[in-house]
Amino acid sequence: MPVTIAKERWSSKCLETVLGTGSKQVKVGGDCTLPFLHFEGEIPNPPVAALEVLDAPPQEWPDFLSALYEGVLGDPAAWAKKCVEYGADLVALRLTRIHPDGENASPEEAARVAASVAEAVDVPLIVLGCGVEEKDAAVLPEVASALSGKNCLLGCATQENYKSIVAGCIANGHAVIASSPLDINLAKQLNILITEMNLEPERIVIDPSIGALGYGIEYAYSIIERMRTGALMGDRMLAMPVILLVGQEAWKTKEARTPDAPDWGEQKKRAILWEVMTATGLIHAGGHIAVVRHPESLRHIKGHIAQMMQPQRY
Amino acid sequence: MILIGERINGMFRDIREAILNRDPEPVKRHAMLQTENGARYLDINTGPTVAPEDQPATMEWLVKVTQEASHLPCCIDSTNPEAIEAGLKVHRGKAMINSTTADQWKMDTYLPMAAKYGAAIIGLAMNEKGVPKDANDRLALAMEIVANADAHGIPMEELYIDPLVLPANVGQDHGPEVLETIRQVKLLASPPPKTVVGLSNISQRCPNRPLLNRTFLVMGMACGLDAAIADVEDNELVDMAATANIILNKEIYCDSYLKTFRQQ
Repeated sequence: MPVTIAKERWSSKCLETVLGTGSKQVKVGGDCTLPFLHFEGEIPNPPVAALEVLDAPPQEWPDFLSALYEGVLGDPAAWAKKCVEYGADLVALRLTRIHPDGENASPEEAARVAASVAEAVDVPLIVLGCGVEEKDAAVLPEVASALSGKNCLLGCATQENYKSIVAGCIANGHAVIASSPLDINLAKQLNILITEMNLEPERIVIDPSIGALGYGIEYAYSIIERMRTGALMGDRMLAMPVILLVGQEAWKTKEARTPDAPDWGEQKKRAILWEVMTATGLIHAGGHIAVVRHPESLRHIKGHIAQMMQPQRY
Repeated sequence: MILIGERINGMFRDIREAILNRDPEPVKRHAMLQTENGARYLDINTGPTVAPEDQPATMEWLVKVTQEASHLPCCIDSTNPEAIEAGLKVHRGKAMINSTTADQWKMDTYLPMAAKYGAAIIGLAMNEKGVPKDANDRLALAMEIVANADAHGIPMEELYIDPLVLPANVGQDHGPEVLETIRQVKLLASPPPKTVVGLSNISQRCPNRPLLNRTFLVMGMACGLDAAIADVEDNELVDMAATANIILNKEIYCDSYLKTFRQQ
């Protein structure tokens, strides 16, 4: 019996964002339907995956993860090159040294580190602040200026600190991560506020805030899914690509941190699976850029994306 | 809610004079104002004072001038088929025809025109016998339009059924019938046709016109109304449409929703 495939007809599509310059440029978004429904609409760009680089040796990472970056842990530029060797589509530099409770490194110092990393790799660069809104507002414009013209992705901008960060992005040709606390209404409002400063919507990437598998992933899943259906029905202020900051969530879970144990099995395998499941789950909700920590996770995620990008045979 | 700006109509004195003098400025001013205020189409009507033989040229001029000032598509409004076709010929983008009735000769004229120009079309749930007295009679005529539109290959999403609104001080008993018709039109086909009203008719020759218009718009929206030909220059009216849109969960809430509604 012939089967009629039910197809949804959407009136709009996601915005497309271009990051980086040259041959390793990355395009995300532009989707005309829900994730991987190739039979229903065009999905011009596959989701991508980034590996995280810290500007100082990591304090909280388990040894088996840090060991993969042995020899480059104090040298962010060399670390970034290693990430590219591991197959990262983008590198995400996290500025931990600027945290006011820690070293409280200056904006100029952070900008120098960011510039050295950008110099070392040809894939697009994401630069993440320390999460303290005031400090990020001071540091990221300085970073933006040091990376001028390199079309990086800087964040996270929040409703409290977006003005200086967005101004830095406008002046130096970068895109911004607009971050909201698991709240679709605030996400939309922040995107409106940012576009009112005259940054093109195509240069905004949404960080909806996520939880790892077992730690509230379903809230993030429904918000990302609702954003996507909103975008496909014509809501331009929710049509931007979505970034998933997976590593920072997955590696703080009990499942990733508990050492090898008879009931729980091998920690390494378990931790990687946790990172992979969190990332792929949210990519199926509508995420575009997954930022992860373990090269093995990266490999699994990219393999899964490659499989899902095969067109369906109906 | 698709708001169709009603202001470029020769029934208004400034537009009537603009037509007489071929002065584009008043037309452009209202085109821009309605565009900024959230209209999605601009209704264009030459008004009754233009002689029938002059209506095609006048319509052509009005459509051209309007589209010089606004990116919006037009809702080409006339009882004269030649005037409608003259407007469609020079129109840029996807126009809307206003309107056919359920009379066979009219449907045979306008539905092929909609198909030929790829235009949406408004179908009035009435015929030469006049405006039906209740919802059932309106729905029977709406069904005739639905069947004829379908036969001409017009997608249901591009057919707007108008249940015909009468002034509150003349046809008070029609109010509930119109609202019931708006609800039930959605059952006539799958996917269903859209619905539209000439909103300002509800308040003809009444005091408190804006209040009647605004209240009726929100009541219509609660019944599933898709579009209204309305006074888009009434800011309160547009604010109420935006707010009803949010309450009906047609748009994802954000604090700036009054603004995003106007920018859609």
